[in-house]
Amino acid sequence: MTLFPLWNSIRIAFFSSVIVFFTGIFLAHEIVKLPRLLKGVLDTLLTLPLVLPPTVCGYFLLRIFGLRRPLGAFLARYGISFVMNWQGGILAAALVSFPLMYRTARGAFEGFDEDLAGAGKTLGLSDTFIFWRIRLPVCRQGILAGLVLAFARALGEYGATSMLIGYTPGRTDTISTTVYQLWRTGNDLMAMRWVLLNLLISAVVLIFINLLERKP
Amino acid sequence: MSLFADIKKNFGSFQLNVRLDTGGRAGDSRAQTVLGILGASGAGKSLTLKCIAGLIRPDAGRIVLNGRTLFDSEKRIDLPPRKRHVGYLFQNYALFPHMTVYENVLCALSAEKSRAAKGEAAKQALSLMELWELRDRRPGQLSGGQKQRAALSRIIASRPEILLFDEPFSALDSHLREKLAVELQLFLQHMDLEAVIVSHSRDEIYKLCSDTAILEQGTVLLQKDTKALFADPEILAASILTGCKNHAAAVPASGQRVFVPEWGITLETGREIPADITHVGIRAHSFSEEISENAFPVKDTAGTEEPFEQLIRFRYASQDPSSEMLWQRRPKGNEHLPERLGVRPAEVLLLRKRGFLDEC
Repeated sequence: MTLFPLWNSIRIAFFSSVIVFFTGIFLAHEIVKLPRLLKGVLDTLLTLPLVLPPTVCGYFLLRIFGLRRPLGAFLARYGISFVMNWQGGILAAALVSFPLMYRTARGAFEGFDEDLAGAGKTLGLSDTFIFWRIRLPVCRQGILAGLVLAFARALGEYGATSMLIGYTPGRTDTISTTVYQLWRTGNDLMAMRWVLLNLLISAVVLIFINLLERKP
Repeated sequence: MSLFADIKKNFGSFQLNVRLDTGGRAGDSRAQTVLGILGASGAGKSLTLKCIAGLIRPDAGRIVLNGRTLFDSEKRIDLPPRKRHVGYLFQNYALFPHMTVYENVLCALSAEKSRAAKGEAAKQALSLMELWELRDRRPGQLSGGQKQRAALSRIIASRPEILLFDEPFSALDSHLREKLAVELQLFLQHMDLEAVIVSHSRDEIYKLCSDTAILEQGTVLLQKDTKALFADPEILAASILTGCKNHAAAVPASGQRVFVPEWGITLETGREIPADITHVGIRAHSFSEEISENAFPVKDTAGTEEPFEQLIRFRYASQDPSSEMLWQRRPKGNEHLPERLGVRPAEVLLLRKRGFLDEC
C-alpha cells in the first residue's frame, strides 16, 4: 500500500490551512468593523462555500483557473497551473474550508472585550502590538478551533478537489479520492484500510477540538 | 493643571453634549481637582470619558489638557489615545487576561527603551500598590480589589497627566467598596493628579470628588462644588441623583413661601424664592416630629425596617389619597408612627425642572 495519498492529503491540508488561517483572520477582523449592509453582503459571500456543494466550488475554480480561461491562461504563461496537479488541491481545499476559519474567528473577535484594546491604546501600545499580542492571544481558543476545523475539512475535501485536480495515482490522489477510486474498482479491502485511517485522523482532530474548548 | 472638554457627538437616538472644566474657577486655591460625573446609567458618562481618552471621536468640540490640545474639530487636531497621556481605569479594569500582573504593567512601559529601566519602573509601580508579591499571578487569580490595584499599577507606570475612572467600584462586592474608596482616595492624594470619576453612586462621588457635574441624557446640567451641590442641587434631576426622595411641583407663594399643590401645603423656606423654580424637594432625613416649623399632620403612615434605620412612608393629611407617598428616614428605636412631621425652612430644596443649558 503506497502512502502517497496520505502524504498528499496532509501537505494539501497544511498549505491550505496556512492560507486560510491568515486570510480568515484578516477578513474576519476587517469585516467586524464595516457598516452593516456591506458587512452582510460580504459575510454572505464569504460563507457561501460552506453551503454550496463542493462540486459547485470546483466548477467555479475551473471557470477561473481552467487553462482556457483568461486568468488560467495568463498564469500558465508563467508556468503556474492549478489544474490536474497537487497545488490545485490547495486551492480547492482552501476555498471549501475558508468559511470554517472565517466564521469561528469572527465569532471570537465579536466576543472580544473592546475595553482591552482601549486599555492598550491609552497605555501607549501600538495597534500592531494590540492586534498580535492582545487581540489574537485573547481570542486564541476560537481561532485555534477554527484552524483545526479548517484543517480537518481540508483533509477530507473531495468534491472540489476531484473536479480541479482529478485522480492521478502518485501525483494528485488524496485519501478521499483514493477511497472512491478503490471502491469503484472493487478493491474493497484497500478501501477499508483507507477508511479506517481516515476515521483515526478524524477522531484525533475531534479530540483535539474538545481539548481546546475546555477552559484552561 | 486643568482639563477642559467641550464634546458634541450624535449617536442617532442619543446626543452627547458635554462641557466640563476642572480648572479656572475663580478663588479656587486647591491644587487638585477631582471631578465627579454623576448620572444615571445610559446618561453618557462612559462615552464622555472615552471621548477624552480618544477612544471615541466626537463630531465637534475641543479637549484641552494642561494647555495641550488633544482634540479640536476646527483646527483638525485629533491626537491618538497613546499620545494623550491619559490614565483610564476601566469598569472591569481591562487587565490583559493572558499576561501576568507584571507583564500587564510592562505593557505600560513600551516607550521605555532599556530593559533595566522597564523592570525598575514596573517594580516601583507594583510595590506602590503592594502587588510586588503577586506579580506572577494572572488577572483571573486576583480578587476584585487586587485587580483594581493591578490596573492602577499599570496606570501609574504609564505616567499619565490625568486619571479617568469609569465606575471604579461597580465590579466589586458592596463590603469592599468602602475600603477601596478609602484606598482610592489615598491613591489620588499620592499621585497628586487631577481625576475625573464617573459614577451613578452619590456616596462614592461625595467621598472622592471636590467638584461634581450632573449629567442627564448626554448633557451636563450643572457643575459645582460637591458639598454645595448636595446642599443645594438647584435642578430637579440633580436633586434626584443626589438621593433626595421627595419631590413635587411647586409655585411661589407670598413672601418666602412656596405652595405645593400635590401635597396641599404651603412651605416656609426662609429665603427669597427665585421666580423660575418649578419643584421643591425634601430629603427623607429632613423630616422630624420634633421640628415645629413647616409641621403638618400626616396619614397613611407605614414603616419599613432597614438594617440600621427606619423608613416611614406617609401622605400629608391634605394630600390626595391616590397621589404618591413620601418618605421619612429616622433612627431606629421609636415604636409609634408619626402624626405630624416638620421640616426646617432651610432644608426645603428649591428646584428648577431643567438646567440653563436646555433653555438657551
